[in-house]
Amino acid sequence: MDMNEIKEIFFQECEEQLAELESGLLKLNDGDRDPETVNAVFRAVHSIKGGAGAFGLDDLVSFAHVFETTLDCVRSNKLEPTPDVLKVMLKSADVLADLVSASRDGGGVDESRSRSLVKELEALAHGELPSSSGHDAPKPAAKAAPAPAPAAKAELPKPSDDSGFQPIPFSFDGFGEDEEPAIEGSLYEVSFKPRRELYSKGNEAALLLRDLSRLGEMSINCDTDALPALDKMDPEASYFSWKISIKTTKSEDDIRAVFEFAEWDCDLEVKLAEEAVSNEELPMVPVPFDLSILDDVSAGEEETASERGVSEETVAAALSAAETASNVSRAARVAEKKESAAATAAAQNNAAAAAAGAGQTIRVDLDRVDRLINLVGELVINQAMLSQSVVENDATGTSAVNMGLEELQQLTREIQDSVMAIRAQPVKPVFQRMSRIVREVADMVGKSIRLVTEGENTEVDKTVIDKIAEPLTHMIRNAVDHGIESPEKREAAGKDPEGTIKLTAKHRSGRILIELADDGAGINRERVRQKAIDNDIIAADANLSDDEIDNLIFMAGFSTADKISDISGRGVGMDVVKRSIQALGGRISISSRPGYGSTFTMSLPLTLAVLDGMVVTVAGQTLVVPLTAIVETLQPEASAIHSFGANQRLISIRNSFCPLVDVGRVLNYRATQANPVEGVALLVESEGGGQRALMVDAIQGQRQVVIKSLEANYTHVPGIAAATILGDGRVALILDVDAVVAASRGQSMKPEMSLAATG
Amino acid sequence: MSYAVKNLVQGSKELIAFRISDQEFCVNIMSVREIRGWTQATPLPHAPAYVMGVINLRGAVLPIIDLSARLGMKDAEPTARHVIIVAQMKTKVVGLLVEAVSDILTITDENIQPVPEVSSDLERLYARGILAIDKRMICMIELDALFPDKESEVA
Repeated sequence: MDMNEIKEIFFQECEEQLAELESGLLKLNDGDRDPETVNAVFRAVHSIKGGAGAFGLDDLVSFAHVFETTLDCVRSNKLEPTPDVLKVMLKSADVLADLVSASRDGGGVDESRSRSLVKELEALAHGELPSSSGHDAPKPAAKAAPAPAPAAKAELPKPSDDSGFQPIPFSFDGFGEDEEPAIEGSLYEVSFKPRRELYSKGNEAALLLRDLSRLGEMSINCDTDALPALDKMDPEASYFSWKISIKTTKSEDDIRAVFEFAEWDCDLEVKLAEEAVSNEELPMVPVPFDLSILDDVSAGEEETASERGVSEETVAAALSAAETASNVSRAARVAEKKESAAATAAAQNNAAAAAAGAGQTIRVDLDRVDRLINLVGELVINQAMLSQSVVENDATGTSAVNMGLEELQQLTREIQDSVMAIRAQPVKPVFQRMSRIVREVADMVGKSIRLVTEGENTEVDKTVIDKIAEPLTHMIRNAVDHGIESPEKREAAGKDPEGTIKLTAKHRSGRILIELADDGAGINRERVRQKAIDNDIIAADANLSDDEIDNLIFMAGFSTADKISDISGRGVGMDVVKRSIQALGGRISISSRPGYGSTFTMSLPLTLAVLDGMVVTVAGQTLVVPLTAIVETLQPEASAIHSFGANQRLISIRNSFCPLVDVGRVLNYRATQANPVEGVALLVESEGGGQRALMVDAIQGQRQVVIKSLEANYTHVPGIAAATILGDGRVALILDVDAVVAASRGQSMKPEMSLAATG
Repeated sequence: MSYAVKNLVQGSKELIAFRISDQEFCVNIMSVREIRGWTQATPLPHAPAYVMGVINLRGAVLPIIDLSARLGMKDAEPTARHVIIVAQMKTKVVGLLVEAVSDILTITDENIQPVPEVSSDLERLYARGILAIDKRMICMIELDALFPDKESEVA
């Protein structure tokens, strides 16, 4: 593994840390005061800083350091995380993200922005908090640490803790030879008391002490007073503390740097001792011990364990702990080859600790998953073709081949589900990106806006996630720029000056529904109408319903903003948003209430690869109706069909009336309505709410089909979601139930038709 | 079948000639991916009359265009002898239904005669020149002009 690969891993981890950072900050912003949240935020920045130090990314390190310092004030309750403070922090998180991507891809960062944020952060740390200087002391950057190697090799859970025996001060033979010649310098007294977190993160007190010993001549006292009796002991707890006197030419900062990666998991005190105080005057007898033996970690552990004759259980506990620790360090082994391994190892430890709770994961190249998915798709088609030809050639239908085929079908099904699950991802990352956009745009236009997200853990196929980011960004910009009014206007209207944008994701009937709601002024219908007339989109005397006017904003060449602002209105309108949503097999609609805001609703398929469908015949054509849309199927009786008006028909189902929609008619397959009694009715629930009975001629069966794009070589066809290839090798069209229902409701499919006509 | 073979000199190009009713047309061979027999297409709703539907081309969905109808002549009545010319147009691939492929021509620019002034917009739109080969008249057509890029047209 070369340096670039390691660096790539670091950047991937940065992404995770940045996501962690942002979600933590947002939680704080929502009033979460859980210390663990603050710690998570702090750790994220710290890990980025550490890794960046290892790669010599100085800009990143210095910014992260200032950020970290301020966060530390919050962590130690010296700085109240007020909304104002968090605003600065969120911005800093954005800049940090920029710096990370600048380090990865090259390119510059807005220097003035980061500089002004550095000042703001420093002001927060210093201005409001004079006593924070102590926290500035742990100097930045792993590069300041002379040899911060310990964490990388932290395979040894502290034996004294795990074995739990009264520790005996011991020395090793090699001690005398290893003693360094006395050096000139000042004498420091270091008091070091690790907390249990230090061990649980795979750090090791003994290794820290060994590194400390490299700074100069030192003597160590171990304080074992806190050690309880064996039966009361928690094998994972920390009971020891150390007092160290060290004579060194290095500065206090260098001493602190040794504890850089453990500093928030221990109580550390470093002070300059009076020259007069000699070791002998310390209350405890200093027992020097040579830590170099610990270099051979596993051997060291065996030795100490057996030496002490610990009980079997505790050995087992120690070993399993050692195993965990070595797993962690295995992940970190990559890092060992680096000059300064500690930094990344610390990050790895954190990541591994987090992963331990969330189950193990691997990173896989997306291409490989895609290849697998394509292959499975072909497998499904092939399996369908095979079953069909067996059924055709086997009249009895009882042969062993049929049995085998059924099993094959089940297996294919399971393979497919598993493969799809690999690609399913929560929408969280996209939503998080949106919160940044809201912040930035709101800042630019001088509005105060809160983004509330819901259902971020809703899972959807990775391709869908990737593709919704852009239209969503556009819509968010629009909502901030045009949707929400200025604070003054809001106050005048008696609203909270702070606007709210709500972003919701949920699963609904086999699709994912993403809603973007703002509490702004709503669509100004008069202006939209006027604009549409000006742009020749509608005739001046056109009689449009409110809904139709609202939907005009999806027409090409439409921008209602009076002035073209920097943020939106770059000539890319909602028509582009609509088209990209449609390209995904999705739909978008808007509902707006003047004075109360607008809601955009996007409905997208969960996956772009397969769907369960009911294969039906309509006017001699084979169609696939997505199973998720179908509530029930029924054979209508003549008595249940009621004519309604000129050419509407209703079907009565258990005493409720439901409009009948002749699919063949809507799709123009036939000129006259079919006789409902001869066909089958599919009761469907559409996104707009309400049920409809779709009339088809016959049901052929149920099948899982692989979705093939029609748009790739043709264009969007109204009423048709996509195409698929059936067992006989022919193309069948997949019905877009919602569009058909909408068409039956009288909403025109005309705009798309004119599009199709050019094809 | 006679070949109007010329030496492959600079500026020469190869064309595929095909027949629609009693007329002959040709397109640049570079845009042709393959030629295959006619198979029944699945009709598309709300499609213009010249779009016959879609077929399965090794897992991809391929729209079939009745070139005769597209060129303003009468609708084709496809038989097993009809062929589909699979052609690449910008990013999309379409199948063109024609009666038969008749020739592969290698020509140079001097062979191409300008299109005479005619009143019909359609002919002016697609015709890029006329070739006189063995007393036959072959009209060279520009596929991209027949099927303009939808995106740019809408925007």
